[in-house]
Amino acid sequence: MTSPTTEEVWDWLSEVPDPEIPVISVTELGIVREVRREGDTLVVAVTPTYSGCPATAVIDLEIEAKLREKGVTDLRLERRLSPPWTTDWIASEARDKLRRYGIAPPVEGTASGGLMAARAARLAGSSNLSVACPRCGSARTEKVSQYGSTPCKAAYRCTDCLEPFDYFKCI
Amino acid sequence: MPSLPDMTTPKVETLGGGTGVEQDPHVSDAALRAPFFDWLCRMGDNTLILSHRLSEWCGHGPALEEDIALANTALDLIGHTQMWLALAGEVEGQGRSADDLAYLRDVMTFRNVQLLELPNGDMARTTMRQFLFDAFHAALLEKLSGSTSLRVAGIAAKALKEVTYHLERSSDLVVRLGDGTEDSHARMQTTLDAFWPYTGEMFLGDDVDAAMAEAGIAPPPQDLRPEWDRVIREVLDEATLAIPERRADVHKGGKTGRHTEHLGYILAEMQFLQRAYPGASW
Repeated sequence: MTSPTTEEVWDWLSEVPDPEIPVISVTELGIVREVRREGDTLVVAVTPTYSGCPATAVIDLEIEAKLREKGVTDLRLERRLSPPWTTDWIASEARDKLRRYGIAPPVEGTASGGLMAARAARLAGSSNLSVACPRCGSARTEKVSQYGSTPCKAAYRCTDCLEPFDYFKCI
Repeated sequence: MPSLPDMTTPKVETLGGGTGVEQDPHVSDAALRAPFFDWLCRMGDNTLILSHRLSEWCGHGPALEEDIALANTALDLIGHTQMWLALAGEVEGQGRSADDLAYLRDVMTFRNVQLLELPNGDMARTTMRQFLFDAFHAALLEKLSGSTSLRVAGIAAKALKEVTYHLERSSDLVVRLGDGTEDSHARMQTTLDAFWPYTGEMFLGDDVDAAMAEAGIAPPPQDLRPEWDRVIREVLDEATLAIPERRADVHKGGKTGRHTEHLGYILAEMQFLQRAYPGASW
């Protein structure tokens, strides 16, 4: 077959769902960092969301399976660490998909630096950030636990509609 | 058809960032090899042993949320371990993988501080140990993000994002338990008093640390003390816990391979499978 262009490869990769959150693709999640050619070899650089995320291996396998299905034979996956993944790389359309799926998307100002800032503000007596309920939209929600069903999420509860939900933490 | 690298244990040369990674001359510097390897083992063994301790809670947490949080923290730390020990194996140049270093070394060659190998005990002990280490860990990774070793800086920048959450969580729990019931307060203060003599080890420097500081790879450990003191004071103050008036540098030696009796038991469990069935894989 003729070699696919890198644009075609990006398109194919946008059909690969995240194994934990299947409503968004690996490209929307922002973990595919580069697609390039080295001679006849197609190289895809992927970054992990969290260092120990067990989905990383599954994601690599799914990317490989998709590209093989499209006829790519000469392929190498590369794990890239720098710069570290940030929730800012999640595409804006994907944030709406997350919300419709029942996961509150990352709120600005809760990224790691901002977290300690939020803590400092709380110690100083001012209010904490608010995460809107993905079901009813209420801002009256509370954190149940810093960690949820996966490393990248925290457990929240809406005090209006009482819905428990996952919040995608900012990092 | 060329095969892909083993998915679960990425090749050490690509771990640091593949071809996107800048060349890091420190990694192949023969003069630095011995101290750099030792220092990377200290980093990886700290996260490995604490991760193992936390994983012991899995399925036994006092509440589902805590159980999940402890397991998730353990998961982050095992991710860091894989990065640090893979780099250690690469620096050593003897072909040892992260798994080889984790599963096939004996007690005397482990380099974690003693605080992290102490048994979990109750939630007061587990939480206090986590907090005392998190405050140190976050301060250290922050400095390492600016390391002259780009590989070290890359791992540190990645890990810092996660460790900031660890510190946030353990700080909140220390406040909740310290400023909680009479019982929880008493347990937290007793634990703090008991652990304090172990904390000094984190800030003791030796020849390995001096070589790392000289090369600009890592800060001298004592330089991290002011930031640690600041965080500890702020949180313990809010938790109504008193900073012990006793020496902090009593129990030490883990960084050079002298451990408490507890580490042997950890390794006996953690390494059993690889020792009994060499090369077994998932």
